[in-house]
Amino acid sequence: MSKGLPETRTDAAMSELVPEPRPKPAVPMKPVGINPNLLGYIGIDTIIEQMRKKTMKTGFDFNIMVVGQSGLGKSTLVNTLFKSQVSRKASSWNREEKIPKTVEIKAIGHVIEEGGVKMKLTVIDTPGFGDQINNERCWEPIEKYINEQYEKFLKEEVNIARKKRIPDTRVHCCLYFISPTGHSLRPLDLEFMKHLSKVVNIIPVIAKADTMTLEEKSEFKQRVRKELEVNGIEFYPQKEFDEDLEDKTENDKIRQESMPFAVVGSDKEYQVNGKRVLGRKTPWGIIEVENLNHCEFALLRDFVIRTHLQDLKEVTHNIHYETYRAKRLNDNGGLPPGEGLLGTVLPPVPATPCPTAE
Amino acid sequence: MDKEYVGFAALPNQLHRKSVKKGFDFTLMVAGESGLGKSTLINSLFLTNLYEDRQIPEASARLTQTLTIERRGVEIEEGGIKVKLTVVDTPGFGDSISDCRHSPHTPSWLPVVRFIEEQFEQYLRDESGLNRKNIQDSRVHCCLYFISPFGRGLRPLDVAFLRAVHEKVNIIPVIGKADALMPKETQALKQKIREQLKEEEINIYQFPECDSDEDEDFKRQDAEMKESIPFAVVGSCEVVRDGGPRPVRGRHYSWGTVEVENPHHCDFLNLRRMLVQTHLQDLKEVTHDLLYEGYRARCLQSLARPGARDRASRSKLSRQSATEIPLPMLPLADTEKLIREKDEELRRMQEMLEKMQAQMQLSQAQGEQSDAL
Repeated sequence: MSKGLPETRTDAAMSELVPEPRPKPAVPMKPVGINPNLLGYIGIDTIIEQMRKKTMKTGFDFNIMVVGQSGLGKSTLVNTLFKSQVSRKASSWNREEKIPKTVEIKAIGHVIEEGGVKMKLTVIDTPGFGDQINNERCWEPIEKYINEQYEKFLKEEVNIARKKRIPDTRVHCCLYFISPTGHSLRPLDLEFMKHLSKVVNIIPVIAKADTMTLEEKSEFKQRVRKELEVNGIEFYPQKEFDEDLEDKTENDKIRQESMPFAVVGSDKEYQVNGKRVLGRKTPWGIIEVENLNHCEFALLRDFVIRTHLQDLKEVTHNIHYETYRAKRLNDNGGLPPGEGLLGTVLPPVPATPCPTAE
Repeated sequence: MDKEYVGFAALPNQLHRKSVKKGFDFTLMVAGESGLGKSTLINSLFLTNLYEDRQIPEASARLTQTLTIERRGVEIEEGGIKVKLTVVDTPGFGDSISDCRHSPHTPSWLPVVRFIEEQFEQYLRDESGLNRKNIQDSRVHCCLYFISPFGRGLRPLDVAFLRAVHEKVNIIPVIGKADALMPKETQALKQKIREQLKEEEINIYQFPECDSDEDEDFKRQDAEMKESIPFAVVGSCEVVRDGGPRPVRGRHYSWGTVEVENPHHCDFLNLRRMLVQTHLQDLKEVTHDLLYEGYRARCLQSLARPGARDRASRSKLSRQSATEIPLPMLPLADTEKLIREKDEELRRMQEMLEKMQAQMQLSQAQGEQSDAL
């Protein structure tokens, strides 16, 4: 990430807690043209390859949280997304399983590998959300967990002797599962997203979408988008964080047409036209999970994994985490949080800190 | 002329003709979370368009809305028989985030329970009144309770509501939007729900046994139908012409069409047969003979209860408690005269009971004295 010179921040600005747009360089670079007469090849473009090699060696973390009422297919969807059993399904028809009385947070980590690239994937499940008769403030344990991860990272960052690579347990992406009622969002959906969209990247998905016809799907999506807009809820990709025009046009299309993705998940394969596909077999037809005419699973997968994975991490680090950090430092009067940092009293962190490099 | 033939075998026909003239009325309640296809199913069952004028509120509006009771009436005529059907809806059910926040005794669905009881109460008053010629039966004869196909069985809300109403109304549990499920999932869900109903001791409407003299086919069909409870239904009022042999009512998806009236696709036919074609009358009878009588007995018993209390709680008895009437006051459309007559009746009953109490107290006090002596 390019490190530009920071704009000077006053205390007032900091206390506003508005996440700053990425700082533009104060001294613009003079464009230098390539001398066509210069023969030869420098080799700067190999930096991409070098970065790739490094990434492959170190691997990277990705933490995804799933939130929604029980039975909406959260675990199945995550397993389908990552093509492995990364989430243990809570439902097994022959086992007795009780709905937990309060929202629990269960984080399970797996290392999956593809094309030489290792990913440490952590799936954070939230059983018990929205299942009780009284669901007042059931989002609080979730908000608490997310902030705790920010706090952990902050403590590590503020250390004198820092680890070379701070383990990143922060939630990069929160998939929120909307029940396919076909009517509107439920009051609980609104409340959850209102509280959490400022703290974590929320990607709303319409679960078990094989229960809606094409018209019903499109009508429902429109209603949901409108309701979210009216209530000031910004889901990922947030408009204010589009970096440039290219991003904006690409994201606009996704925001205004595709999202929320209407998905179907499955861990069973069936034979269709000579191919084995993931799907659901009913007496009236086979629903193919990866068929774009049937549902938008492929769109969600491409979005989360193939195009926006890195961006999800960046927005989490540069925006959500920074907001948290600024608030914590502000609350502490400009001092780093907590004591016991090797038992010494540190000089106070200046009130206008530079944005931390990645 | 045959001397043996008296002729009262024609009685059922006479009854039939009278009922046809009178017409039937039936009140059906539909309850369950919003978005489970309740309205579509009602329209499908009775081939009407009861919900044309319905406005679906937005989520932010539902945040503050409380549960309401809505009644819609429709007259259906078929084969010379008129049915006056009343459908009772409960919009707002299950919407509240913070249900039971202040007290577990005031859940959001209490108005539904009260509504059912109010209909009993109204009938009780009418029945005890002087003019009984034209009693309107507004009691709820059946409650179709919709269970979500997306859950893993009954949710805590379902259990709590069903326990609150199962002794007051015939419950027929139904799985809505059943086209979300594959056949194995449907079976497993039904099994789970049946187990939960048994565990929580919730009494649903029991379809009566068929007569022993029915033929085997009928018995088998009947057994199959009973096995498919809770009914997994799909509703639709749209006709799909997908190139099949004939147009069908169904839902058209890119991967196929769900046919509402296909028994391999869903239990709609079973539900319609059992609810409308064979058990409409039985539902009314059970409501009257079992549920209403239970309510009536409880009501009148609590009136008589002060005389049967034990010594320990006798101190609580005072003029105050004796005047408590379990029948809450309802603004009636009846004439003032009728109200006054009923009040007088009740007052006379109270006086009688108080006399009985006093006598008992006296005799017990005398007994004590003799014991002490």
